Amino acid sequence: MTATVTTNPEVDKSTGKGTSRGTGGARRRLPRIPDRIRQGGLPYLLLLPAVLLELLIHIIPMVIGIVMSFRQLTQFFISNWGAAPWIGFDNYSIAVDFDAPIGEALLHSFFVTCVFTFFSVGFAWLFGTAAAILLQESFRGRGILRAIFLVPYALPVYAAVITWAFMFQRDNGLVNHVLHDQLGITDEPSFWLIGDNSIYALIIVSVWKGWPFAFLMLMAGLQNIPRELYEAASIDGAGIWQQIRRITLPSLRPVNQVLVLVLFLWTFNDFNTPYVLFGKSAPESADLISIHIYQSSFVTWNFGTGSAMSVLLLLFLLVVTAVYLFLTSRGRKGADV
Amino acid sequence: MRHVRAASAATLALAIAVVATGCGGGTTSGGSNESPKTLTYWASNQGPSIEADKEILTPELKKFEKETGIKVKLEVVPWADLLNRILAATSSGQGPDVLNIGNTWSASLQATGALLPWDEKNFEAIGGRDRFVDSAVASAGKEGEPPAAVPLYSLAYALYYNKKMFAEAGVEKPPATWDELVAAGKKISKDGKWGLGAEGGNLSNNIHQTFVLAQQHGADFFDKDGRATFTSDGAVAAVKQYIDLMAEDKIIAPGNAEYAQNQSLTDFAKGKTAMVLWQAAASTFAAQGMKPEDWGAAPVPVPSGVPGAGKQTNSMVAGINMAVFKNTKNIDGAKKFVKFMTSDAEQKLLNKTYGSIPPVKAAQADEAFGAPDLKVLRDTLATSAAPLPQVPNESQFETAVGTAVKELWADAAAGRPVTTDSVKARLEKAQQTMQQ
Repeated sequence: MTATVTTNPEVDKSTGKGTSRGTGGARRRLPRIPDRIRQGGLPYLLLLPAVLLELLIHIIPMVIGIVMSFRQLTQFFISNWGAAPWIGFDNYSIAVDFDAPIGEALLHSFFVTCVFTFFSVGFAWLFGTAAAILLQESFRGRGILRAIFLVPYALPVYAAVITWAFMFQRDNGLVNHVLHDQLGITDEPSFWLIGDNSIYALIIVSVWKGWPFAFLMLMAGLQNIPRELYEAASIDGAGIWQQIRRITLPSLRPVNQVLVLVLFLWTFNDFNTPYVLFGKSAPESADLISIHIYQSSFVTWNFGTGSAMSVLLLLFLLVVTAVYLFLTSRGRKGADV
Repeated sequence: MRHVRAASAATLALAIAVVATGCGGGTTSGGSNESPKTLTYWASNQGPSIEADKEILTPELKKFEKETGIKVKLEVVPWADLLNRILAATSSGQGPDVLNIGNTWSASLQATGALLPWDEKNFEAIGGRDRFVDSAVASAGKEGEPPAAVPLYSLAYALYYNKKMFAEAGVEKPPATWDELVAAGKKISKDGKWGLGAEGGNLSNNIHQTFVLAQQHGADFFDKDGRATFTSDGAVAAVKQYIDLMAEDKIIAPGNAEYAQNQSLTDFAKGKTAMVLWQAAASTFAAQGMKPEDWGAAPVPVPSGVPGAGKQTNSMVAGINMAVFKNTKNIDGAKKFVKFMTSDAEQKLLNKTYGSIPPVKAAQADEAFGAPDLKVLRDTLATSAAPLPQVPNESQFETAVGTAVKELWADAAAGRPVTTDSVKARLEKAQQTMQQ
């Protein structure tokens, strides 16, 4: 790269002549491309549209979001938000002042989100793994089961979650009908959409929605494990559990690394599930951070504070992802050696 | 290379243009008449469905086009989306020319400066401010400033009751005071039947009810300077009184704590609940199979039994207003359209169709609005309704206090004690989240 940049034009000309035989056609269509661009810059040129779109779709909005987080952006300024006063880190100090109600609520929603993510991802991964392993052997009806298992993944989120919301209704919902009326497990019908049980309802819906993706990924991962390994193992006398522990899980490690990261990011940021389940104001026990930020920005019109919270969330997710990638890649290098 | 450069330059230009319009925002100068032959109108979803609204409004828009030669492009926006759509239009400057807003948002949207102020001159263009009922105009913007919108459909709360359930329980007439309401409710609340319905999960409804009760306790949620006063004794007592209908008096079913989709109206229509406090519920009852003779409507209870102003307030001023985006390209046409929609004839026709009350005095006198239930709504609007606080952070207030009340419902439903202290603590927290 540096070599092409520093070569003098005469050498360039000669190489140009030299290569012109092979690419004469291309040369005629684009007559004036200097060779060093053609050799070193072409890949960048080809990347340009993608870079521009990435800028347009991700980077610029992100920068705007960051700029907004330093401004006092309320209803008084949204029609001309360039005029919103610059207030430095005030929005951030409001967001992280954990003794005041706004910061306290943000911290609370952060912890709720961590608990929610841990259990959602954990169960989704567990069910996905179990189902993928169980459906690995071919048997009658496997295709149908696979299709059924993927239904939650294929359904539109809104339709699926609103159905859950109906099922969780206290007086007319299916959940209480089964738990209370039919099985008699609870003394009286429980609330699922308000109060302390809301977090359970949220995790159940999230796991139901998330595990088919784990299932799909792991099924694909299982296809890549050579059958010979299992045959050899069983000849050596390894039982099914030993096979799963010694062959299946280690072989799925690369898939799991990506899968858990993706599930973590999706679940931590999930907005649709709580919003459809609880509306714009979630119960305290299920007040996820995404809803909390939405509320700060769009319901109470404090776009500046909302942006600051978003930036903090972004930083947190970046750090977690970086640490995770560092740890897992180091582990892999160790394994390779 | 030239092509590539041109293409990338074009993309970059596009990117800059998009970003510039995205953050530059709408111009704050008044509208112009650059395209005098077209208008875009965002109507809120008033009827049973969006399709129904289109069917109702399209012939009227055709009428307007015939009169003025201005073509109106109609879009009916569902309630849940409307405020976000307006915010997006405000921040991008790319919105409709004329739009509906919920009247409780008036002061918040007024503060953005994106709406045309209805000063004397603009009111003159549509026939004068005097044509409208005072309380409706008062709910269209901050006191002392030109309103941000013009009232279009007005609504108020009434007490709807099931005549048969009242007769069965031996309640002779609809309650006029809260004590009478509780007494009647206790007679009815047994065997799976309940006295009163509530929508505990609906933040706006929580606000409407506690606002009225606060007025009756002589309290307001904001002081004269627009600062939050959620924890005043009157406000705390009002919220506690409302929650106690479930927690203490036990005339509201615990399940109502999670209602937010108008389930209490369904319960009413099914004969599970004997009373609801609601705005213009007639069409919903009819849609759920009730006959007009099955239910009655009475004014919402007040301490003295006779509704009036101040401590005898028994409803917020509810309704839909019509606003004009300041940067419209057809300012004259927009005003003509508002004039058309608020004309006596259109007011009669549209309000009759939607079951609301015309905020235009001349239309209100029409006998179509003299039916017993509509008469209750009309009298309430005229004498005993007060507008919600017209402060720029009304939206924050609705969320903060509405959520506090929602959490208190959840406490009551779960059998946790609701005390003056616990109410005060929730309201205190709500107040502290109010910025500015």
